Amino acid sequence: MTAHPQTSGYNFAYLDEQTKRMIRRAILKAIAIPGYQVPFASREMPMPYGWGTGGVQVTAAILGPRDVLKVIDQGADDTTNAVSIRKFFERVAGVETTTRTADATIIQTRHRIPEAPLREGQVLVYQVPIPEPLRFLEPRETETRKMHALEEYGLMHVKLYEDIARNGHIATTYAYPVKIEGRYVMDPSPTPKFDNPKMHMSEALQLFGAGREKRIYALPPYTDVVSLDFEDHPFEVQRFDRPCALCGAEQVYLDEVVLDDRGGRMFVCSDTDHCESRQAQGLRGELSGEAAQ
Amino acid sequence: MNAAAAQIENLDRSSEALPLLSVRSVSKAYGARIGCTEVNFDIWPGEVLAIVGESGSGKTTLLNCISTRLEPTSGTIAYRMRDGEMRDLYQLGEAERRFLLRTDWGFVHQNPADGLRMTVSAGANVGERLMAVGHRHYGELRATATDWLGRVEIGADRIDDQPRAFSGGMRQRLQIARNLVTAPRLVFMDEPTGGLDVSVQARLLDLVRGLVNELGLSVIIVTHDLAVARLLSHRMLVMKDGRVVEHGLTDRLLDDPQAPYTQLLVSSILQV
Repeated sequence: MTAHPQTSGYNFAYLDEQTKRMIRRAILKAIAIPGYQVPFASREMPMPYGWGTGGVQVTAAILGPRDVLKVIDQGADDTTNAVSIRKFFERVAGVETTTRTADATIIQTRHRIPEAPLREGQVLVYQVPIPEPLRFLEPRETETRKMHALEEYGLMHVKLYEDIARNGHIATTYAYPVKIEGRYVMDPSPTPKFDNPKMHMSEALQLFGAGREKRIYALPPYTDVVSLDFEDHPFEVQRFDRPCALCGAEQVYLDEVVLDDRGGRMFVCSDTDHCESRQAQGLRGELSGEAAQ
Repeated sequence: MNAAAAQIENLDRSSEALPLLSVRSVSKAYGARIGCTEVNFDIWPGEVLAIVGESGSGKTTLLNCISTRLEPTSGTIAYRMRDGEMRDLYQLGEAERRFLLRTDWGFVHQNPADGLRMTVSAGANVGERLMAVGHRHYGELRATATDWLGRVEIGADRIDDQPRAFSGGMRQRLQIARNLVTAPRLVFMDEPTGGLDVSVQARLLDLVRGLVNELGLSVIIVTHDLAVARLLSHRMLVMKDGRVVEHGLTDRLLDDPQAPYTQLLVSSILQV
């Protein structure tokens, strides 16, 4: 294959070099101040806001010709958003893509962290809809910036207090606020809180891009990430009372799949790559026979 | 007897050698217009000071200047911090100033919606300041909130209701509880009884008077209602056109007004 035959008419990875430099500068600043939201001049992308324009710009800025890209949407490699972003980069950058977590150097994700532990050298790029964890409590941007600057995070606990007062436990299940290195409170994007512990001391670099809100933030490898909680209501992840119906995996995040209109349902791994590689190893769940038929 | 009382007072004063808050020639100009000008006064621990005057006389401008919500054009405002040191408020960093505002001070707004979070429960409203200074125990926060709601005569069964579901008087009492939960030393009140009917007003004043005595609060209260000033305050400051026209003990000032404007104000009260 010559340089990039299928990219003619586009610069490598769609964005022009000046834009990429601007985004890289924002990324470097974000890495230098873990959890701090760095404003950047987000560009129009050939997809609607809410489809991952922030994540795509971050990926485009860090992508090199030798990178291997994996894109997941809610853990799955084969859903619309994941497929179209993967195709986009195949076309405009000509990079190799994969569905296997272990083979990828860059993983762009919408709302999940892969089950398989990430290693040094990998980069996880999150698509973020609303980067400001305090937004629904304090609508003024000037005020939330000041609150971050002065470390006034009492309001975040007001939200958790309300949860307990209404539901008897902390009912926030996704976008669960975390504190980075004892300083900035950060919204981990709408990942289930099940994935919060995976962010803590992760070996991989984690980058967060919010296209509509024009913010980039980051967690360098081996960063301290603590989920907020109360002393008498400690942070807990979701638990599932059954293993994956296809591969029998336990301690993983499961999706509920409705099978028929008579109440039949199954619970399967949300991370499709994890599930498939386990099945390839011969591991089976209770419904894997039926599902194969 | 009176001499003895005065002696005791003097002793108290000398042990509290410095005032809690000291305002020196504070002026605020809005362009060519005067908000307030050359205001001087001190306030001592446990003292209630009323600022009275008609609309537009600069009462609220003065209150906002003192409470660091509006920077004065000239003059100094010094506050005795908990460590006993007098500090110029406008020399403090913004972080320190905001910390002061949510721990050592309280601010009761005329409209409770300005001082409350209307979309979170009463319990969370009371607990917010505590969470802001690092309380992280849900059970204790809730117990404190229940206790404070009781002290401002709000039933414990209303703890999970939002202030939107409360009447005007209840909202105002909730706002007071929310401010007093961190045991502030100085509370600012901007027309706290405005917009309440007279019987609710009377109960609120009774409550505030009780809390002030019990907690030894210093209060600076802005009001246009001389009856409120008479009931609550020890000293009064009468303002007109941005200037202080008279300053003195409340009873002396209301029973024997000296300045022509104060005489006018006192004689304007309707007698039932």
